[in-house]
Amino acid sequence: MAFEYAPAPESRSIVDIQPAYGLFINGEFVDSVDGQSFKTINPASEEVLADIVDAGPTDVDRAVAAARHAYERVWGRMPGAQRAKYLYRIARIIAERSRELAVLESIDNGKPIRESRDVDIPLVSAHFFYYAGWADKLDHAGFGPHPKPIGVAGQVIPWNFPLLMLAWKIAPALACGNTVVLKPAETTPLTALAFAEICQQADLPPGVVNIITGAGDTGRDLVNHRDVDKVAFTGSTEVGRAIAKSVAGTDKRVTLELGGKAANIIFDDAPIDQAVEGIVNGIFFNQGHVCCAGSRLLVQESIQDEVLTSLKRRMARLRVGDPLDKNTDIGAINSAAQLARIRELSEIGSAEGADAWSPPCDLPQRGFWFAPTIFTGVSQAHRIAREEIFGPVLSILTFRTPAEAVEKANNTPYGLSAGVWTEKGSRILAIADKLRAGVVWANTFNKFDPTSPFGGYKESGYGREGGRQGLEAYLAH
Amino acid sequence: MGRLNDMTVTATSLSEITRSDAALRTFLHGLPGVDAVGADARAAMLSTRSIKTTAKAYAIDLAIRMVDLTTLEGADTPGKVRALCAKAQRPDPTAPDCPAVAAVCVYPSMVATAAEELAGSGVHIASVATAFPSGQAPLSVKLDDTKAAVAAGADEIDMVINRGAFLSGRYMEVYDEIVAIKEACGSAHLKVILETGELGTYDNVRRASWIGMLGGGDFIKTSTGKVQPAATLPVTLIMLEAVRDMMELTGRQVGVKPAGGIRTSKDAIRYLVMVNETVGDRWLDPDWFRFGASTLLNDLLMQRSKMATGRYAGPDYVTLD
Repeated sequence: MAFEYAPAPESRSIVDIQPAYGLFINGEFVDSVDGQSFKTINPASEEVLADIVDAGPTDVDRAVAAARHAYERVWGRMPGAQRAKYLYRIARIIAERSRELAVLESIDNGKPIRESRDVDIPLVSAHFFYYAGWADKLDHAGFGPHPKPIGVAGQVIPWNFPLLMLAWKIAPALACGNTVVLKPAETTPLTALAFAEICQQADLPPGVVNIITGAGDTGRDLVNHRDVDKVAFTGSTEVGRAIAKSVAGTDKRVTLELGGKAANIIFDDAPIDQAVEGIVNGIFFNQGHVCCAGSRLLVQESIQDEVLTSLKRRMARLRVGDPLDKNTDIGAINSAAQLARIRELSEIGSAEGADAWSPPCDLPQRGFWFAPTIFTGVSQAHRIAREEIFGPVLSILTFRTPAEAVEKANNTPYGLSAGVWTEKGSRILAIADKLRAGVVWANTFNKFDPTSPFGGYKESGYGREGGRQGLEAYLAH
Repeated sequence: MGRLNDMTVTATSLSEITRSDAALRTFLHGLPGVDAVGADARAAMLSTRSIKTTAKAYAIDLAIRMVDLTTLEGADTPGKVRALCAKAQRPDPTAPDCPAVAAVCVYPSMVATAAEELAGSGVHIASVATAFPSGQAPLSVKLDDTKAAVAAGADEIDMVINRGAFLSGRYMEVYDEIVAIKEACGSAHLKVILETGELGTYDNVRRASWIGMLGGGDFIKTSTGKVQPAATLPVTLIMLEAVRDMMELTGRQVGVKPAGGIRTSKDAIRYLVMVNETVGDRWLDPDWFRFGASTLLNDLLMQRSKMATGRYAGPDYVTLD
């Protein structure tokens, strides 16, 4: 008799989703002046969750004006030790409300509760704690004797880690004395709006954090606003390129964290069982909606059969389904549009001659779902080896020598992350040194920590988030 | 050289591995390494599985059926062992549908008493042997210890490996000893205790697992229960991966027994989840997975009765032994 896990759903009753949300400007939820509205849905069921404002140019203007006012009058001149108190308070409230935030994130995003509970929300809280600690020590951060804030930051974040990306943007900005206007992604606004409530709960001075919801046009209005001093964006390389163009010739400062096509390199002396876990975690974590996902597996030819057998066996154990079930490993694809993109690229992969394989799995009828998939027989020339799929799809390539591994790993316009698996310490150092990627993981993958800087080479963007280095983007020096 | 996929699946090639000290060493050191951080992380992740309602009821009954109900004290007496045997057959006298445990595990001197009590019950009689727990005795003594236990009625022998020889790299000596004990067991099943708490690294756990399997062990077992740490989830994971690889390589199934330190139903269920997601259904059976434990059974019984009645009866409602 098989050991079938009974459903173990996390309760939804802890979250209170309102039928409609306004914009969070100057410390209050306000109605839009010139915006439209759209609906945010649960991607696992297509259930409508709430009406969200698609903010117009006047709304953006009001938010930036509130941020400017708060910067000039309150936050920009407040001693760092005082700012730290607010940030510590926010960090603590996030930790206290972590279960609620995790459930809300899983409902709006589709990611498994195990990940939102064990990865996303703890990192969000940790990020605020970490940057709270820097607020009164900026003079000693290595950016000059008395570094100053920049002013008003316009921040646009993606839908894959909604609250975590908010934390990466807001925590260092506030610690350095800047005020912010942040736009969450249109498919995942709910945790950002919950964060607005947390700012109220923490008595953060009005205007220091402003949250405006909307789609691409709202983001464009924010980035192009003349009174924004600093632009921070995480998202696609295409949009990043447009932002870089639009701010060219202005005195705005910009940091961009864009796409990736990371190589996960498995040498023949790797710890195979753990490497297989690393492959799974590299590409199937968060349904593969990870800019630094290990979407290209480079496995040494001499062990490819062994690795492939183990990987398939492991994939057959992945539990795909209800994101709120505590035993779910892979949840829903975030949107119909993203699902269409994943399907399109997968079909191209098959058409180009690569072999697709997925474990047998029952996908729910409603909602957006894609079975975890691997492609073998992939070459560097295939589109699935070059383009970011941003889904649970792994392209498997082989190499024969360390030099070939490095060459193939670097043969991409991207350079966000990479992984190296070997039991040989000297090889880890030698290979990591040659990989052109912002983050190189050794014998692990997709590990994040607020103390560690994160960012890209080449078309994966510029600037660093996290760590001491993450302060630089928010300091004038 | 020495990697699993390089070997052909024949008895001959297995005997090639153990033809000399050098060949055995080459094989063991050629096994894929274990990344300790990664192994710990995998075990921790599996511990987050939430096993509720029907799944929990299934797991609790399965865990009861897998218990090797153990008493290994200098103070053991025939009276204590008889009480244990009664409990092994009817763990919960108030619930006739409660299954019996897999075996009773005692010292060789207590085997005859246990055999008398358990005759015809289907509950196995396991005896520790080979100068348990340290194993620090001449081979002849270990063999006599084993033979005496089998002669007294034990149908399962839990031996300890020679950790001194293992840690000083004398792998062949460890192997030869297991082969000799296996022979002394006759038809009795052999469980090979690795005493992972003394092996120091997960790489060593993997190597010792292979020696235990190559030497003819029907089970590999984590610990004596006399050394800390005893059974842990990561160590059990490494051993499950070893029996999985053995099965793939040779088609021979070897069982796994974590022992020591498993006290609660929650612990036991975590192990069963790990079995389920590492080696699957084939090992979810008392013939292939056991818990070496003394206090675990009572917690399983309390959880079982709570699931049936909705109330916690408390420790006064389960028998001490």
